[in-house]
Order: sequence, then C-alpha cells, then structure tokens
Amino acid sequence: MSGGTFVGMPAFPAAAREAVGDTTLRANLRHATHTIRNKRARAVAELSDWDLLREAGKQIKDHTLRHLDRYLVQLEESVERAGGTVHWACDAEEANRIVADLVRATGETEVVKVKSMATQEIGLNEALEAEGIRAYETDLAELIVQLGRDRPSHILVPAIHRNRGEIRDIFRKEMADWGRPAPDGLTDTPTELAEAARLHLREKFLRAKVGISGANFMVAETGTLVVVESEGNGRMCLTLPETLISVVGIEKVVPGWRDLEVFLQTLPRSSTAERMNPYTSMWTGTTDQDGPNAFHLVLLDNGRTDTLADEVGRQALRCIRCSACLNVCPVYERAGGHAYGSVYPGPIGAILSPQLRGTGSDIDASLPYASSLCGACYEVCPVAIDIPEVLVHLRERVVQGGEATRGGNRVMLKPAKGHAAERAAMRAAGLAFARPGALRAGQRLASRTRRLHPRTLPGPGRAWSASRDLPEVPVEPFRDWWQRTRGDGSGGTTEGNAQ
Amino acid sequence: MRVALFLTCVNDTLYPETGRAVVKLLTRLGVDVDFPMAQTCCGQAHYNTGYRHQAEPLARHFSDVFGSDAYDAVVTPSGSCGAMVRELYPRMGERARAEGRGDSLARSVAPVVPKTYELTEFLVDVLGVTDVGAYYPHTVTYHPTCHGLRALGLADRPSRLLRAVKGLELVELPGAEECCGFGGTFAVKNADVSAAMGTDKVRNAESTGAEVLSAADNSCLMHIGGTMSRLRTAMRPVHIAEILASTEEEALS
Repeated sequence: MSGGTFVGMPAFPAAAREAVGDTTLRANLRHATHTIRNKRARAVAELSDWDLLREAGKQIKDHTLRHLDRYLVQLEESVERAGGTVHWACDAEEANRIVADLVRATGETEVVKVKSMATQEIGLNEALEAEGIRAYETDLAELIVQLGRDRPSHILVPAIHRNRGEIRDIFRKEMADWGRPAPDGLTDTPTELAEAARLHLREKFLRAKVGISGANFMVAETGTLVVVESEGNGRMCLTLPETLISVVGIEKVVPGWRDLEVFLQTLPRSSTAERMNPYTSMWTGTTDQDGPNAFHLVLLDNGRTDTLADEVGRQALRCIRCSACLNVCPVYERAGGHAYGSVYPGPIGAILSPQLRGTGSDIDASLPYASSLCGACYEVCPVAIDIPEVLVHLRERVVQGGEATRGGNRVMLKPAKGHAAERAAMRAAGLAFARPGALRAGQRLASRTRRLHPRTLPGPGRAWSASRDLPEVPVEPFRDWWQRTRGDGSGGTTEGNAQ
Repeated sequence: MRVALFLTCVNDTLYPETGRAVVKLLTRLGVDVDFPMAQTCCGQAHYNTGYRHQAEPLARHFSDVFGSDAYDAVVTPSGSCGAMVRELYPRMGERARAEGRGDSLARSVAPVVPKTYELTEFLVDVLGVTDVGAYYPHTVTYHPTCHGLRALGLADRPSRLLRAVKGLELVELPGAEECCGFGGTFAVKNADVSAAMGTDKVRNAESTGAEVLSAADNSCLMHIGGTMSRLRTAMRPVHIAEILASTEEEALS
C-alpha cells in the first residue's frame, strides 16, 4: 500500500473480495457513508429548487464543455492579464515536470499542498520526491493518508476507511518523521487528534515558501480560481507562501461568476451536507503586498480531451467531485475505495478512470462492471451524470471493442481479453431468443430434467451458488400452461402470429 | 380493454406461477388478456452486459410481437424488463441513428414504448384501482427494486395496492431503497459484493418480523430468495402479482 501508487492493482472483483472480508473496513465504511448520505438528503431537501439547480449545473457544464477551446483561451488571457502564468500539460508526466521545474526555480525543497484530486491523479507527490522535493499534505484526511503511507479511499474523505483508534496510532508512530511529533499520551478523542494535527501543520504553513493547490472552479471571464474547503488549511496554503502553483483539470472552467451561484449551492450540500462550505477562497493572478507574488496555473489534459470526444462518456467531465455517488453506492460501501485502483473510486471512478486511462489494463476493464446498475448514483448526482448509461457504454467498449479516441487520435480498440466465452453465450442466447421455438424447446428440456438439476453449480456458475441457492425449475413453463389451458385459438396463441 | 402479457423469459421459464397470477388478477378486473406466444426476451441482459448490438434484434422482435394495434397495452410483472422497454429501447434507437444506421430501429420500437406498463403502474394509472379485491392474511414487507423505484418511478403504487389487500399487514423494510445486489450478470461477475449486499437485504427483511418479502421483480426475488434459503431464513419471497391475485375463495397456496 505504500508509495501512493495504484500500478499493479488486481482487477476489481479480486480487490473487492478482500475488502468484503475485512469486517473493520466494512464497519468504518458503512458508518461513514450512511451518516453522510442521510445528512446530504436532509440538506438537499431544504431547497425547493434543487431539481432546477441540478439542471442548471448540467446545462452550464455541457455548454462549457461544448465550447471548451474558446473558454480555455479566454481563461488563459484573463489569468495572464491578472499577473499569472499559464502552462499547458497534455499528460501527467508533463504536468509533473512543469511543477518540479517551477519549484526548483524558487530554490525550495519543501512545498505545502491543498487537498487536490488533480495532483493525486498525476502522482505529483511521488514525482516531486524523485526530484528531492518534499510535499506536505495539509488537509487533515490527506495528512492521515500520507503519514500512514496509504492511499486515499474516498474523494472527499480520503481517510474514510480509518477509525479514530487507527488514526491515533498513525499520528503517534509517524508524525515525528515528518515534523512536529504527536503530543505525549495522545488519545483517540477527535479534539485531541485535531489539535495534534493543527500543531503539526502550523509550523509547515509558517515556513513554506511554495504552495500547491488544485481548484474546484476557474472563471474564464476574470481568470479567478476557486477552492472550497472546510478546515481553513487550504486558505493558509493559498495565502501564506510566496509562490502558488495550481494544477487544474481543463474541465473545471466555467464561463462567468454567475455560474458559481449554482455550484456553490449544489457542491457543499452534495458533498458535506453543509448549506455553505466554511471556506471559499478565490484568487485572481497576483496582488501587490497581499498573498503570493508569483502565480502559475498548470492546465491539465491527461485524457480529458479524449473523453470529451466520446459523445456518451463525455458527461463524466461534468463531475464537480462532490462524492455524493460514493456515499450512496452499495458497491463502494462494501468494496471500499482502494478496490477501484484509482484516486477516483466509486461510481464516478468506475466511469472516469477507464476513460482517462483507457480500458487496456485489467483493472480498467473491470471497473465498468463494478456496479449493479441500481441507479442510486445518478439520482444523487448534482450535475445529473447518468452514470449507469456510461457504465453500460464502457462495458460495450470492453467486450466488443470499437472506435475510441486515445491521445487525440481515433483508434480501433480490440475487445478486452477473457470475454470470448461470454460473447459466444450472449450470441447463442440472442439466436435462441430470436426464435420462440428454440426458447420453448430449451424450457421443456429444463422441465423434463428438473429433478436432475443441482442447487449448486460448477464452472462460472459457482460464483452464484457459493452463497445463494438456485430456484427449482418448475414442472411446466408458463407458455405450456397457457397453451394447455387457453390454447383455444383466442388470438395470438400461435407462434408465428405476430412476426 | 385488451392487453398483451409480456411475462419475460425469466418468469416464463422459472416463475410460471407469477404469470398465472397476472392472468387471474387482470381477468378478475375485467381485462381481456392475451399471451403472444412469439414473445421471448427483451434483451436486457445483453444490453446491460455490453452487448447492445445483440440486444437490437430482440428489441425489434419484441416490437413486432407487441406493437400490434390489437393490444391497448402491454403489461409486464417486471419493473426491470419494463424499464428496459420504456427507457432503453428509445435510447437504442437514438444510438443506432447516431451511428448512421438509419432510424428503422427507432421507428420499430416507437409504437410499443408508450403503451408498455409494469403491472402495478397499469393497475393504478390505467385501470385506476388500488383495491383489487385481494385477500392475503400475512405480514408482508416490500422491497421496491431499483429499476421499479428509480427507472420507472413506481413510487408508492405497490404499497398502496398492498395496503388495500384484506388481511395483509404491511411492515416497512429498513433500507428499502438499497439495491439487493442482483444486478443481472453483476451477481456472477462480482459475486462477493453481490452476496454481501444480498445478505444485508435479507438481514433487514428479517428484522421486520414479516412472513413474506414481496417485490415486483422475480429476478431480484430469485437472488434474495436464494440468499434466504442459504441463510435458512424463516421468510419466503413472493411476487406482488401473486399476493394481488389471491382471494378468499381462491387463496394463494
């Protein structure tokens, strides 16, 4: 679990099997997700115009994505006019190199970080480490993950899989290696844990010359970046250092300030169930004698343009990373975030990761199947991403292959390995179902041999019968009963009648 | 009124008693029911597993069988297969058109989509009844099933129907809106997570003390019932159609 990397992860079913068997993990996840989901439902129910806000958020994002090229150029002009510098990064490697060069140019070897999914996505901390630069996470949950040499397990609550006792143990054992040690006799009460983290982080904020952040939104018309957070650590990182570097996915741009009105209502209610997030920080380029005197914006593509080219899958780019879909997902609740093999777990991760990274690896090919298609994620999504629709679309790509965009080029994907038997079975079932006579012959055979059917199965069916009993095959399928009792020529009872 | 019963391939093959119950119930309510023998499968398993192209001929076949003007409505005792027709057939038509394959699929499914109803929806919305004259002297808890709940928006229709059943005591299921973990091929592809979800559903159902767990989808009931059987739960799964068909004269056995 060390190094924050997901490379070499097993495919979802194997990783999930391990998680399902971990009773502490399941209890932690169940408690946390149910608490947040219930609070969210109450916060959303307070607004009578929620459906309109949801539709507005969807429309704004779709409009922006449709004209992304135009808004990004406008954003670049606005940022530079305000005294910032814009860098374009087509992939993780390029983004990491740009950031490392910028830090090195300041002569510093330490940076403080605001919690940011984009920098997690590109593995920035590890890349900086390789350049001799130490990155300190300052969000409480990210700090727990970093000190525990762990990986984030949730978008909003990266340490959701840890309980208080585990956090106390991590603080006691690891804090000294990273700066101020944990106080003697630290207990697992939330106030003591928070105070230990506050003291540990405070000395880093006051010393740091370089801050690194992401952004929740970027306003094209003014070049303003926005970070919403609950703890205030983000605002310290954004205002105290001399140099601020923000790494932001290109889909985070919105056209104007008026658009923030929608998202600053829907994001906090969907994520932390708050009416308004405690800290909303906004910065526009640089200002003399106030805040950082150098500001760099690294605009990250890393598979986003490819995703935009897919007309069904592109709606994933509307995501505002609220994580409401994780908190209602019955699969996430049992499998945990690590099983998804990406910094984006849960339902949104299951559609985002295989689009950003392609479906070439085992883990990415298994992600579209990490869902029962129950639709709870779509129901809570504040920008109405039809996650089940995209999951099914990506399943098609996995089993059938087909056209996709990778690296800006249209390519023909081959079906993923290991689906040949399923494909043959689906084809055979399709042929049988196309002919009612074949279906009926199969049913009759099953009925005649019903006494011979085992209640557990060999082969691939074992997965079913390992934990569930199979139904008994009835003596007579319905259609035989119908024909026996009603086959009096009362219309529609012959096989070919409606073909 | 003349309706075509779309029983679904799962019910036809494994749960014929549900089909017989629908026929009995609708006939009792004065509806002329037909079962077009040419029906097979709506293609949901294909579509949801990623075989949209293999599902297309099944959608066409379904539309050929049920699209006939001879039927005022198509009724199915499956929220999931009902949602396939209503929600996904139009989407399949649009996708085929977007792929430059013309609008023949969209045209083919167009007549059948608006007249396809899940059973409880048909009873409440089309026939306008909530008391169907049923008698079922048991304690029942109801699992709404995801496609019935979210894709079709059945809301309280099933529970209104159940509350009107004589002798029936309806008890609330904790976590009712949570998926039971069936999910078609999900139950096999992610068997461990599916089984964990099924076990939690059964535990929640057990906590109600009800004798019967009902739902409007036999595939979910197959998964839940198979889990109950394995856990030796003293509770039985019964499709809502069978409860609604049961009367004092002819009680459900």
